[in-house]
Amino acid sequence: MRLVAIVAALLAATHASTAQNVPLISGGAAFFSSTNGGNTSFLPIFEPLIAAPIGSHLLIESRATIDESFSPKSNGQTGYNHSHFAGVTYLQGDFIASPHLTVVAGSFLVPFATYNERLSPVWISNFQDGPLTASLGTMSSGTGLGGMVRGSAISRPNYSIDYTGYFSARSGNEQFNSKRSFGARTNLYLPKERLEVGLSYGRLLQGTQENFYGLHVWWEPKDAGLKVRSEYARGHHAQGYWVEVDYRTQAFGGFNSWVGRFEPLFRMQQTFRRDTVVSDGLPLEDTQRADFGLDYNLPHNMRILTSYARQFSASNDTNVWETGLVYRFLFPAWKGKSR
Amino acid sequence: MRQQHLLALSLALAALSVPVLSATQPQSQPPAKTTTKKHADPAPQPPDEGERVFVRNCSRCHATPEGFSPSISGTIVRHMRVRANLSQHDEQALLRFLNP
Repeated sequence: MRLVAIVAALLAATHASTAQNVPLISGGAAFFSSTNGGNTSFLPIFEPLIAAPIGSHLLIESRATIDESFSPKSNGQTGYNHSHFAGVTYLQGDFIASPHLTVVAGSFLVPFATYNERLSPVWISNFQDGPLTASLGTMSSGTGLGGMVRGSAISRPNYSIDYTGYFSARSGNEQFNSKRSFGARTNLYLPKERLEVGLSYGRLLQGTQENFYGLHVWWEPKDAGLKVRSEYARGHHAQGYWVEVDYRTQAFGGFNSWVGRFEPLFRMQQTFRRDTVVSDGLPLEDTQRADFGLDYNLPHNMRILTSYARQFSASNDTNVWETGLVYRFLFPAWKGKSR
Repeated sequence: MRQQHLLALSLALAALSVPVLSATQPQSQPPAKTTTKKHADPAPQPPDEGERVFVRNCSRCHATPEGFSPSISGTIVRHMRVRANLSQHDEQALLRFLNP
């Protein structure tokens, strides 16, 4: 109900929009199944996003998650347990203050490394599961409540550098849960090499106060259909990395041929505990995992995600089979004025 | 031992990907088209600046939406400016690309 009120208020505030600046409604709807250690769970999920510009400098945007999880009952019982979740993922106002500075206020995704901000939406991620290190540096909840500054520091034909810095207050609110923390990230992008290297830092300022360090490298050779993405993150009590390779061929009629729509994937990840203090969401023991995926990009913004993963740890080795169907939608909140 | 197996598997996959990559022919991915675009150019043109901005900042993370109303192109670009930390110059080039 509160979410509906927020959305209605946003749309009302932006009714006087220009021809190209009509508020949009986007997001994804998906149905996932996951078989882990012989138990199959089902997850229908809906992630709407709204973005509403106000004037020429302000943008209000928000994303929410609504899902229903069905998992088999334990202790030999038949049937399924199910749980419901609905919540705001983030709700932020972006004020474009100058060509190099945007000020963000509200509830925002913690800008640590790349996964949380760029790859976590259900219609973007190649695998159903996020990486094992996803909670490292993102302060567990993945969102902050406070302020953020960000922008392009330098943009030249041969390179560009951007920056992000934030401070988050502590919040126990059900919808805007966050921890007191601050952090920063900077990226160097070399467009000719299609190479991005970024450094992240975060500090948790409550409870077990600790520093987090992140390094990410993305490489997408030109016209090869290949994407190599990687992240390394280190906290005071654990560390880990993931490397994901994603390929689409153009050799049989381009990306939109029936062959070109296949997208084989491979992701390797490892986590290492430095001690037994559990404060960061990583597995309790050293874990290795290899994910083999094959996605298919259907027409009309639909994707089929399939993957098999083998996960190794000292106490348990498991197979994880996952399949899913994702639909991405994107449309105006209302019919815009004709130009 | 298990880690060694995983490492060997990773290396084998990387090695296998090399001939596959070398066999592909360079060809750029089709850019996003708004629903107002009626006709494709008759002859191949070098990518304009807006297309380069699109490829470098948008399609690096997500698949290209198959089509959207031109009435939201400005909103999309503003969202991308914040999310991808675009410069003002790149923002304007991207807006021109989405609204030729």
